[in-house]
Amino acid sequence: MLIGKYACIANSCLMRTFQTQTSRSKVCLRNQHYECVARYSAATAERKRFYQDVSISQSEGGLYEINLDQRKLKTPGGKLFTVPNEALAIAVATEWDAQRDTLKFYTMHLTTLCNTALDNPTQRSKEQMITAALKFLETDTICYRVDEPHGLVELQKNEWDPVLQWIEKRYNVTIGSSASILGPEIPEATKDNLRQHLKSYNFWSLTGLEYVITQLKSIVLSLGMIDRHLSVEQAVLLSRLEEEYQIRRWGNVEWAHDYDMYELRARTAAGALFVHLTSESSTVKHKLLQD
Amino acid sequence: MPGSRRAPLHSQHRSKMAALSSPLRVCRGILKELRAIQGPSYKKSLAYNYVMDQFRKNKVTGERYCRAKQEAHHASHTYLCLLASTRNHLVLHNLYHGKGERSPEEVASLVGLRLPTQPGGKGWEK
Repeated sequence: MLIGKYACIANSCLMRTFQTQTSRSKVCLRNQHYECVARYSAATAERKRFYQDVSISQSEGGLYEINLDQRKLKTPGGKLFTVPNEALAIAVATEWDAQRDTLKFYTMHLTTLCNTALDNPTQRSKEQMITAALKFLETDTICYRVDEPHGLVELQKNEWDPVLQWIEKRYNVTIGSSASILGPEIPEATKDNLRQHLKSYNFWSLTGLEYVITQLKSIVLSLGMIDRHLSVEQAVLLSRLEEEYQIRRWGNVEWAHDYDMYELRARTAAGALFVHLTSESSTVKHKLLQD
Repeated sequence: MPGSRRAPLHSQHRSKMAALSSPLRVCRGILKELRAIQGPSYKKSLAYNYVMDQFRKNKVTGERYCRAKQEAHHASHTYLCLLASTRNHLVLHNLYHGKGERSPEEVASLVGLRLPTQPGGKGWEK
């Protein structure tokens, strides 16, 4: 039933409903189809902002929770919404606080990522995610070159080759680039090296990393951004290189190009921040000032 | 051809990056975004306190190349990008994509009609 519910929501444009502890009365219907229809219409109906204050609190075990006006936030799966560190909790609380009259879930990227990591609706394991990520390498954006127009070929060479060289040096792998339809041949040693590296991330960070890879359509760019070699704007620019080339040639269309660019930037930044916050822990060591 | 007169993509982008890379600018940018979100009382918010705390903690460091400082700078830059692009995305969304479908009442009033009302309901409504 839970999988069916998620499949229906996934089919209907990934709009999610957020339940609070005083949950809405469940509509009791005979057919699962009707329940899906009711949930879809409930998901797309606009929810007004029903809370005044957003605050965070720490529970036992060191996990942080979000409180909307005294009520604890829950995931769409019904679990309590907990995050492992304070910075992520504050960022999620800011997202909720940024909502004005209606709740716009498509702007709350960090919340969506946390929900996915907590609920895991498609029951993915770490191995599945790593395998999927490595499979993406064969169709990586950076490795696909064109033969013409000449300006674009030059641009791809100047912009993408340095990133390829960086990742080959950093991870000691070989990833070529090719202009053919089949793409480059990735040797097994490359995949093994990257698999070892990806295994060092925990489940939450892998969720974020998978999200970033899906947005940027490239493992190389995602790893470059996670390793802080590229900034978010640079990674988005490199991912949309051909579009940028065409924009400079033919002109910019605000309601399509800029809209897509800002959405891609927002999602990628959210994913990158999510990976950073869930994969590192920082301590402050005070050194004594010596006279 | 207009394309040939502009600076190459990479160097133009590099100059944009260099302009934003000082921590002070990033901090100011984040505070501007928080003010846009929260309104005049943004100094009392959680995010404001946390961000100012982090910036103060990372300002003082003895080493010339401090990895934690680089990491914190990249993280602050990422957060600024997140806030700015969600705001811009929302602005563009409301400008171009906001309307949605009209309800049956609005559609009827377009031609000057009103929907019929049936006191007992139609039978299949809850």
